[in-house]
Formats: sequence, C-alpha cells, structure tokens
Amino acid sequence: MSLETLNHTPSTSAAISATTDSTAGSSRLRSVLRLSGLRILGAAGVLWAVATLAFFAMRLVPGDPVDALLGGPGNNATEEVRELTRELNGLNEPILIQYGAYLGKLVTGDLGNSYQLREPVVQVLGDQLGNTLVLAVLALASAWVLALGLALWSARGGRGATFVGNLLEVVSAAVPHFWLGSLLILVFSVSLQWLPATSGAPGIEGLILPVLTLAIPLAGFLGQVMRESMLTAMNSPFAISARARGESEVSLSLRHALRHAALPGIGLSGWAMGSLISGAVVVETVFARPGIGRTLLQSVLVRDVPVVLGVVVLVAAIYILVTLLSDLAERLADPRLRAA
Amino acid sequence: MSQTITNPNPGSEPVIKVRDLKIAFGPKNGATPTVHGVDFEIHAGECLAIVGESGSGKSVTARTLIGLTGANAVIRAQTLQLQGKDLRRHGERAWRKVRGADIGYVLQDALVSLDPLRPIGREIADSLRIHTNLSPAARTAKVLDLLEAVGIPEPEQRINQRSGELSGGLRQRALIAAAIALDPALLIADEPTTALDATVQQQILDLLAERKAAGTSLLLISHDLAVVGHLADRIAVMRRGEIVETGPTAQVLGNPQHEYTRRLLRAVPTDKPRGTRLAPAGAGISVRQHALIGAGRAADTTKDRTGPVLVAESLRKTYRNPDGTERVAVHDVSFALNRGQTLGIVGESGSGKSTVARMALGLAIPEAGEVRLLGNPWSSLPEKQRRPQRKHITSIYQDPLGSFDPQWDVARILSDALPDASRLSRAERRVEVIRLLETVGLDASVESRLPLRLSGGQRQRIAIARALAPGPDVIICDEPVSALDVSIQAQVLDLLDELQREFKLSYLFISHDLGVVQHVSDEIVVMEAGRVVEAGRTTEVFANPAKEYTRKLLAAAPRLATTTGGRE
Repeated sequence: MSLETLNHTPSTSAAISATTDSTAGSSRLRSVLRLSGLRILGAAGVLWAVATLAFFAMRLVPGDPVDALLGGPGNNATEEVRELTRELNGLNEPILIQYGAYLGKLVTGDLGNSYQLREPVVQVLGDQLGNTLVLAVLALASAWVLALGLALWSARGGRGATFVGNLLEVVSAAVPHFWLGSLLILVFSVSLQWLPATSGAPGIEGLILPVLTLAIPLAGFLGQVMRESMLTAMNSPFAISARARGESEVSLSLRHALRHAALPGIGLSGWAMGSLISGAVVVETVFARPGIGRTLLQSVLVRDVPVVLGVVVLVAAIYILVTLLSDLAERLADPRLRAA
Repeated sequence: MSQTITNPNPGSEPVIKVRDLKIAFGPKNGATPTVHGVDFEIHAGECLAIVGESGSGKSVTARTLIGLTGANAVIRAQTLQLQGKDLRRHGERAWRKVRGADIGYVLQDALVSLDPLRPIGREIADSLRIHTNLSPAARTAKVLDLLEAVGIPEPEQRINQRSGELSGGLRQRALIAAAIALDPALLIADEPTTALDATVQQQILDLLAERKAAGTSLLLISHDLAVVGHLADRIAVMRRGEIVETGPTAQVLGNPQHEYTRRLLRAVPTDKPRGTRLAPAGAGISVRQHALIGAGRAADTTKDRTGPVLVAESLRKTYRNPDGTERVAVHDVSFALNRGQTLGIVGESGSGKSTVARMALGLAIPEAGEVRLLGNPWSSLPEKQRRPQRKHITSIYQDPLGSFDPQWDVARILSDALPDASRLSRAERRVEVIRLLETVGLDASVESRLPLRLSGGQRQRIAIARALAPGPDVIICDEPVSALDVSIQAQVLDLLDELQREFKLSYLFISHDLGVVQHVSDEIVVMEAGRVVEAGRTTEVFANPAKEYTRKLLAAAPRLATTTGGRE
C-alpha cells in the first residue's frame, strides 16, 4: 500500500498541477506562508519560555544581586547604600512586576544594563558574539571535514578500518572539552611549543587549538551517524546497480554514498551549533579567549543577572535560527523532502 | 513467438558459456556451498530463463557473471567465458570493464535500485561516463535516445526526475535504459517484473523481447514460470543450487520431466478452478480438524445466518492533495460479500482498491454510502460502538513484517489478538496460541521466535493466525501473497481455502494479480481509477469480459505459454 502511494502521488499531483497551475501555485504559496507563520510564532514562544525560565532560575541562585551592583561580593557598602541601590534598580518591587518590566523591555530589544560593567547588555554581548560565532562556525566546519573523512575512509576499508573508525569516533565523542583542551595545550603549547596556549590575540594560530577542542568531540558524534548511513548506502540495491554499470568503489562513495552520508549530518548541524555555543563556555575559559561563553560564566559567578539573561535569550535565538537554516539546507539536499 | 528455436546459430560461439560453476560462501576452507556445478550457455539473440524459488542460487549465479558475487564468495568453474574470453581470472579492474559495457544487469528490486538523490538521467549516463569518452552534451543526447527507446514518455522532463517521482514501471524502464546504454552483448534481468502491476509487467516483458529481437542475449531470472514463458527460448529450473531440468520452453512447460518442475507449474494459480490444491499435499500442512478455537465461539449462532455478511453501498472517498486540490480515490463502489465466499477486487496501483479495504475495515469513513457488517450498520457507527464488533472482521496484509511489533515474539503477537485475552490465564492463552499455530500449519516451536527470524511464508501464516484469533466472519486480504514466491504463494492460497471451508469464512480478496484472484474468487469486482468497471461471477467475467479495461487486464495476466489442460 505504501508503495502504491509512493508511486502515484507524485505523478497524479504533477498532472493536476499541470492543468490547474495557477490555483495550485497560489495554494502552495499559501501553505508555505502558513508554515513560516507557524514557525515564527513557535520561535517567539520558545524565546518567551526561555526568557521566563532563565528569569526565575536566576532568582533561585543564592546570593544578593546588590553585591554585583556594588562591585562584587566582599564589598563593604553600608546597609543604607545597599537599600538605596535596591530601590534605584527596582529590586524591591514584587517579583511579578519585575518580570513584567523585564519582558516589556525585552520586546523592544532592551536587555538592560550590566550590573558590573555598567554598559548596556546589548553592547556587551555585541562585542563578544563575533568571537564566539567565529569559534563555533569554524569548529562546525572542521567537525564536518573530520567526520566525512573518517566516514569515507572507514566505510570502504573493510572490517579493520570499520573497527578503528568506530573506536576513534566513540572515544572522541566521549572526551570532555576541558580535558581535551588541557591535553592539547600540554602537547602543542607546553611540550612542542608550536601553538599559543591562549587565544586572546587576533590571528589564526590562537584559534587552532580552541577550534580543535570543540570540533573533535562533535566530529566523533557526526562521524558515527555519517558512517552508518554511508554503509547503508554502499550496501543498498542502487549501489549494486551502480557497480553493475562498472562504477569503481571510490567513485561510488563520492558520487552516491557521500550525499547519503551528509544528509543526517545536515539535520544534526542545527543541534550541533547549540551544543558548540555551550561548549564555548568551557573552551573560552580554558584558552582565556573572549566570547559570550566566558562572559556568561563570569556573570553567573557575580550574579550579573541582566547579562546572564541576555546570553540565554541570545543563544536561544541563535539556536532557533540555526535549526531553521539546517531544516532548509536539508530540504535543499534531499529532493524527497521537497516533494513531500 | 519462436519458442521452438533453441539455438539460432548452431555451432557459433555462445555469448556466455558456463560449465560446472560452483559457488560457496564463507572462509576459504569451510565455505558453505550454495551453487553445486551448473552448466548453461546463451547464444546471441537467445533468451535463457533460470527459474527457481528464493534461495535456489539463481540470483547468485547471475551475479557471478558480472563478478559481484560478494567479497566472501569462493567461485570455481571449469568454464566461465564471455564471448570467448575467460572470466575466471578477472581482477576488479577487468571486471569493471565488463560490467555495464559487455554485460548489462537489471537488479532485482526496481523500486529501490535507483539512487533516490540523483536524477535518472545521471544514473543512466553513468555507464556512458565510465566506459566512453563522450562529452557531457553527447551523453545527454544519448540518454534522451535511450529513454525514448525504453518507452519513457516526455524524456526531456523525465531525465531530470528522481526515482521518487516515477512510478514502478518507469523506474524499471529507467533501469533497463541504464543497462542497455552501451548495447551490451548480454542483458541479465533479475526478477524484472516483481512488484509491478500486471499491465506494466507485460510492457516490461515486451521491452525485453524487443532487446532480444535486436540481437541481445538475455538471461532472465524469476521464480515464476508463467512470467518467463512468453519470452524465454529455453528454461533452466534451479533448485538448491542445482539445475534439475533444462530444455526448450515448450518442452519444460508442456512436458516437465522433473517432479520439482511439475510442482512449480502446479503452483501457478491462473486458470486453476476454485478449490484446486496448488501445492502438493504435505508441502503446506493442511488444517487439522479442530473444534472452533476460542471460548464462546462454538455458541456463536451468527455463523449460520444466511445473506451477505459484508455489504458496501455507493462508497465514496476523496483525498486532499498537498496543494489543496482533491482527488477522488473511490467513486460509487458497491458490492456484497456472501458467507463462506470470496469476493476478489482487482485493479492496478492507485485504482482505489486499498481504500475500499480500509473502509470495509472501518479504518476510513466513507463520505457517502455505507458499509454494513452482518446486516448491521458498520461504517456509520461511532468508533466506540464499532470496537466491540471488530472481532467479526479482521485483515491480512501484503507485508506481515510491517504489521508485527518487531520486539514481540509469535506467542505475544497471537495472544494479543485473542478476544478477552485479559480474562484468560497464562496457560489458557498458551493453549490458544498453540491451537492457532497448528491451525495454520505451523509447529508450536515457533511461538518463541521474533518476526524477523521467520521466513516469508511463515510470517504470512502468523498473520493469518492472528486474523483468525478473534474468530472473525470476514477477513480482508490485501495483497496477501504478492510478496511471496510462487510455490510459497501456492501453500498460503491452499491454506486460506481450507480455512474458509472449515470456518465458513468470507474473504474480501484484494490483489493486482489476476491469476491469483481468478483462482480464489467466487465473484470479482474490477476497479479502475476509483470506479467499478465490471463485476460478476469470476468464471463469467474471465470468460466474457464486457469492458475494454477488463480485456486489457486479462491479456496482460501472466499465463503459462502452453496449454496446461490435463495435468491436474
């Protein structure tokens, strides 16, 4: 039954769209618009939920935000000064009023002022975002190259290569960022002295180790998925057909299997960007590299609430955007999704 | 057709010559032999068919001819020659020169043998890219010619389409186009018509016949003697890795020498009257005489009521296309199914027959018209009131595997289907399960197996047992034997027939295979594009089809090439 629908739906719908081209075209446009409208609504809903959760979660963290306003814990301000500071920053209002004020500002794009840096949060994050995005995008690209290379090599190499590939992937997927980062620093900075251990200065040398630290675990994960679908493709009837036409194994894996392997990777890349940005918290700290990850960590430590909330909302927005992009890319790469 | 010519050019060099070919799988020492010394040869413009069940070694033999037997295969042969060249010492590089250029290969599964991510034009152009120096533009021109040659309409548009946008018949044509791109001396077609509708099947066979007429040698692999009959000059019957009988087509079909050939012939359902056994006794263990299974069923007096058990009146169903337009799937379909009888519904893919089945089961609700079950309202009931009545009507599908939970063993699958299973003790349930297994001719030992570990025939028997478990009056059979080899199909059809007589079952039997429908049905309904084209007693419709469409379907039905009379 499923085969029947598979066979005939495309041809019948093609026939119908040929006869009633204009109506079908406008209704297709409508359905696309409805879909995008739903997604934008959904995205707004997710952002609101994230902002709300983060707002109330920050209230649960022990400590007093006034300390952050007054220069961090251990300040010796008098109780009068503290009370005045609370009053000025609206911290004495009931929590729901504070929440409402926060949401109201959020809608207009105002994330408030950093308690500690005395700058608008938008500006603080704007300065740092570029650094983190460069790191995450480079890490994603490197992970793709590593994963595809490994999948191509191990899917064709017989049982031994499959075993080695599998082992490499599992081990890399399992190593924690802070451990891998420290190891890379020990080997390449301390012992070999090839690359700098910190990543503050501009220039490509400082980027290599942080990018690798983020890319290797992701590559292990992507590699597993890609190799699996590559093996499936190499053993499928269409691959045997291609061999029966005289196709060589190398050409087969490049012309056929590679695309099949890449598809699940594209779908996972949206998720991967999200995990890379959270991985950036660790990596930016280990390599003393400026970025929103490190800003987040510092702000949490001193309870700089506006910055923390700003980072959380920003990362959620990036995540939503990237997921949307990876969905689109998946549709472009897989004609079967376009037809559906 | 010229079936009597065995060798058009006696004395000339055969295109392919095989002597004492042995194939084994596994480690070099201790490999499991699969093919035990087969001999055959095919001359230019000749067609040899190798016929046998799955597992007989026929596909493996075919693949050996292009060096794609598999990495762990051990191959020995006295002679393995293509146009006089010895193939036995070919390395991978030499094989690649043969594949696609000297030998074209059409793989078994037409529906999945094209890369779903690449346009068919690219797939077909592959052989040209690999074996010739043609420019991309010249390759495209050649591909368009090929698409034309294999009868694909609108080649300019189709060349850019992917397999997902093509019907099964067009996919198979595209695969044949790819295989003949370089006009190979030998074309191998492995089950080229499986999973295709009868009319499409006929078109594909005609296409292959054209290639043969053009001088290409043809090696046809099939489990179905009726399919190869019209095309093959000679038939080799293969069983368990050996060729048990070989000869000119007319001789093998008309005067079979080997018992196994006779069994295969008997298994072809076309033209066999209702109730004739298709498999030899003992091949499918017959239904044992049981008291009716299940508590309360013996007291069920509805079984003795006369009158139709399932009635459909002017059913209509439309579906919405993704772009918002509507498609009428079923239009004004009526029929009545009587107790203890079989009503066959035939039609090609997309004719609406499966939608009718869903409405009969109460899984889809007709927009107009009504289904009545045992004289009572059925489709008009809300699902809540329908559920207690569901035990009266059950179903069997083409792909039983897909309808089983892969994690459940046979015992759990069957006990789940028992009526009021929760009221039975564990021991009582087990008794019922074993009775069900015996009823469908299976050993009690399969109860602990998972569906994946069963053969196709066993799975379909389990599906039948599950359909029997609630003690139904009606079973909807949706293409129940389409995925089975002819000989297994024969056993399953025999079983259904015996169960029908034993339990006074009524079957709504849906199939695209006219031969099967003719064999099992008392009455048939022919459907096309959602409408009933013709309906009546099976014997009458088959003897005097009133409508053009029915005649077309009948003409396309695979039928043994020679008269089968007198063998029963």
